[in-house]
Amino acid sequence: MLDEAVSRAFREEGPAILATLIRQVGDFSLAEDALQDAFAAAVVAWPRDGVPASPGAWITTTARRKAIDRLRRERGLADRIERLAVLAARDTATAADEEENDEMPVEDAIADDRLRLLFTCCHPALALEARVALTVKSLGGLTTAEVARAFLVSEPAMYQRLTRAKRKIAAAGIPYRVPPLDELPERRDGVLAVIYLVFNEGYAASAGDRLVRGELCGEAIRLGRLLANLLPGDPEVLALLALMLLQDARRGARVDEHGGYVALDRQDRALWDRGRIAEGTHALDQAIAQRAGGAAGAYALQAAIAALHATATDAATTDWVEIAALYAALDRRSPSPVIRINRAAALAFAGAPEAGLELVGPLLQDPRLDGYVPLHATHAELLRRTGAATAATAAYDRAIAATANAVERAELQRRRAAV
Amino acid sequence: MQYMLLIYQPLDTPRDPDVYAAYMAYTTELRESGAMVAGDGLEGLDAATTVRVRNAETLVSDGPFAETKEMLAGYYLVDVPDLDAALKWAAKIPAAEFGSIEVRPVMVYEPA
Repeated sequence: MLDEAVSRAFREEGPAILATLIRQVGDFSLAEDALQDAFAAAVVAWPRDGVPASPGAWITTTARRKAIDRLRRERGLADRIERLAVLAARDTATAADEEENDEMPVEDAIADDRLRLLFTCCHPALALEARVALTVKSLGGLTTAEVARAFLVSEPAMYQRLTRAKRKIAAAGIPYRVPPLDELPERRDGVLAVIYLVFNEGYAASAGDRLVRGELCGEAIRLGRLLANLLPGDPEVLALLALMLLQDARRGARVDEHGGYVALDRQDRALWDRGRIAEGTHALDQAIAQRAGGAAGAYALQAAIAALHATATDAATTDWVEIAALYAALDRRSPSPVIRINRAAALAFAGAPEAGLELVGPLLQDPRLDGYVPLHATHAELLRRTGAATAATAAYDRAIAATANAVERAELQRRRAAV
Repeated sequence: MQYMLLIYQPLDTPRDPDVYAAYMAYTTELRESGAMVAGDGLEGLDAATTVRVRNAETLVSDGPFAETKEMLAGYYLVDVPDLDAALKWAAKIPAAEFGSIEVRPVMVYEPA
């Protein structure tokens, strides 16, 4: 019961308290150590004195005092003495207020601190893998062991990755703040990219590690919701949240009972999460409304595609014409062969295989795409739909030769036999 | 905080009067902002000499200590509030468009 109170406070309030502490003590590692001390103190004090009325405020005040203790032990360093004086003054001035739980201004300050922490964890001066791990660890309230398991590295390796990142934040002078307006769009894009990477780490997980890694999808959605609250009215933030919700809705249907991957058109749509779909389409509607006529961003276009799939009763009645148009818009925005192949596949389903063949023609000349299975599989499907059976069979042979995945090979062979 | 902005550029970078003028303008802007501590360009690697002392013996050799495709061509030492400010100044250095700028915080020695 009491352990539960402490671990609930750790999970639910830990990240927000950490964010505030980092600002107050001016040091990422010191704030983390002090927070650990405070939770250790709670394990002793709460059974004795009862759970405080506001556990978060209790932990915050205790952690700040623990930070002061730690700084005192390391006294002698000029900047630390200064920090100590500021902290001690804050402790006498605000401890009473915080424990009395004054609502609004504190809530606002906590929101700002979490936004600061998010932008600091996603700073481009940190290595990308460090950004991703630090974001999940600091804002997700996961332990280092949990983060290590989710990213398939050993706990000591993850510990080192996190420690190195925190050391760089301190040594390189990475500021703890929300970037000023002129830098905000670019830095916001960096934060969104990190959150989407967290999501994809979970989404791409194979059957064996689906349980641990799948948690990352939930974490990324949580971070997306948090950011949508912290930067209200930002259409790209809402669009990314929508995209993640709509993709996550299909997660349960993507893998069969043997752990094999199930392609979209063969998924059991009854397994799709209707709650996620409703929330995702709502977030997308909001993003479109906020955009107010401006050009749609990349996340909005992808979310719109995901929404068309999610709301169709089956593959046959899906609005493929619209999906092909959205892929075209995406390809204009950031040209890529992968997007063009998806557009060609949509054209096949939309009943325009000739247009699709025109798109894949130049891609088939590109030696870098020689072993790219989706290109040959799409090419084969387009040929089959134009009635070119011999050429379609040959294209399936190329796709089958290129795949290393047994489930995918079986699926391609099934389609080849059906030509 | 003080940051060293180390300017690296390809060995065969030709002297260009436009780039020279851009450096003059940059240095003036940096100085007027109050962030400039020091800054210089360096002569090329054909003017470099490497010194080592091994077993109390001084060894002098011609050229740089390691062969590279890029060389340290100059530096600015700036005093700014944080890394973001240092990165902004680094991005404005003319060589950032054809070489690269390494940004390194200057170590602070604390009394024991």
